[in-house]
Amino acid sequence: MAKIKYIEFNGTEHEAEVANGLSVMEGAIQNDIPGIDADCGGGMSCATCHVYINDNEWLKKLPEKEMGEDDMLDQAYEPKSNSRLSCQLIVSDDLNGLTVHMPEKQV
Amino acid sequence: MIKTDVVIIGAGPTGLFCAHQLGIIGLKCEIVDNLDKIGGQCIELYPDKPIYDIPAVPECTGEELTNNLIEQIRPFNFNFHLSDRVQELKNENDKWIVKTLNGKEFETPNVVIAGGVGSFEPRKFPTKSTEKYDGKSVLYSIKDKTIFKDKSVVIFGGGDSALDWAIELSNSSKVTLVHRRDEFRGAPASVQKIKELSDNKTIDLITKYSIKDVKGNGSLESVEIKSESGESKVIKADYVLGFFGLIMQLGPIAEWGLNLDKKTIPVNTENFETNKKGIFAIGDICTYPGKLKLILSGFHEGALAARGCFKYARPDEKYRFEFTTASSTIKDRLGVKE
Ligand SMILES: Cc1cc2nc3c(=O)[nH]c(=O)nc-3n(C[C@H](O)[C@H](O)[C@H](O)COP(=O)(O)OP(=O)(O)OC[C@H]3O[C@@H](n4cnc5c(N)ncnc54)[C@H](O)[C@@H]3O)c2cc1C
Ligand code: FES
Repeated sequence: MAKIKYIEFNGTEHEAEVANGLSVMEGAIQNDIPGIDADCGGGMSCATCHVYINDNEWLKKLPEKEMGEDDMLDQAYEPKSNSRLSCQLIVSDDLNGLTVHMPEKQV
Repeated sequence: MIKTDVVIIGAGPTGLFCAHQLGIIGLKCEIVDNLDKIGGQCIELYPDKPIYDIPAVPECTGEELTNNLIEQIRPFNFNFHLSDRVQELKNENDKWIVKTLNGKEFETPNVVIAGGVGSFEPRKFPTKSTEKYDGKSVLYSIKDKTIFKDKSVVIFGGGDSALDWAIELSNSSKVTLVHRRDEFRGAPASVQKIKELSDNKTIDLITKYSIKDVKGNGSLESVEIKSESGESKVIKADYVLGFFGLIMQLGPIAEWGLNLDKKTIPVNTENFETNKKGIFAIGDICTYPGKLKLILSGFHEGALAARGCFKYARPDEKYRFEFTTASSTIKDRLGVKE
């Protein structure tokens, strides 16, 4: 279980307790948190679950991107070097306290 | 005006199998899809990936699944209207008038929306200022490459479309290729070629930059690009091309007065009809308690929606349940000789 903070582009904050094994994307969808579309349902083929990890420490601590994540991020809305696909971030106790920022829009 | 029993919106696996079920029970249909090919997500997003959960098919790729579904409906000779998008649904005298972007019109008692997460559309630049030039000098696909001859063309993207066009246009245009990082996702041979063209100064390759603004006075003159650390550059441009893949946009479907739950359409699970009589929704686009976004669920939904369509298409007939193994009528429809 991890407490994840989701911050919308307009600054609205949401906090959710997400069970281990779910993705950060699923944590948002199941808790009706706006700002993550996840059109492909976690298939890493839509880039509409794009988030920014603004905290550098967290960016380093997160598991590295798998093959294909950066390719998909090329197709996201305003990707940056601290961009991640939230469907690829699998929750474990280690992610407790993670904050993700949402882009202005997903599509 | 094309008259038919059912218009299916979306040629993904769900729409295709629904067409099969319509053919089996003796109804006609027309299938419209925005993509230039049949197969929906399976063909656009994962043609080469194996799928392992199609009942009785231990393994098949997205492309194989699509080809088999096409083969299965071949006997019915249904028409496909590809590269066209359904824009408008209007009710007239208990019939639905369906209009497409390319100006086709259908009259039908039934519409089956098998639209997935919406129609596939190119992802556009995030910069508002590009909108003014959209379709003129800011382009997301190329129909006529001769317009670029002797022009300055700035291409954004790191996939095959961006690389292939950069290579192709470098013969007769001044090409700049801009990409947000150093790695490219295109085919290794194309990446190699781009590096050569950049080394011998045939093209300008700029990485770790993205678009900031476009400028012009009536016609496009330049594009400004920015790096993440805030540096910016201005490049002369007659044309700006963006290749960021396709995204799925609900688009016109949201404007048809259907109940919506986020990006999905609530349906009843008896016949998958929506809140509008004669409009059905199946596959990824529909929602109901327990909905699974799987191909196999879409097949089931399509079979029931097809029976729902029968009622409105043949109001004076009674639908008779039959097995394909046993019914000679069905075998006739399939053109099978006994
Ligand atoms: C990477 C990946 C892997 C997957 N793996 C599996 C798997 O292993 N097993 C499984 O069961 N499922 C899998 N899926 C999910 C599966 O692909 C979808 O459930 C399925 O494609 C849904 O089919 P559909 O026909 O409802 O919609 P889609 O396949 O999305 O097709 C909808 C079509 O409708 C068109 N359309 C929409 N609106 C309009 C309009 N207004 N006018 C004209 N055309 C329109 C679109 O262009 C599109 O072609 C996977 C998905 C992805 C992305
Ligand atoms: S949900 Fe589609 S890429 Fe993450």
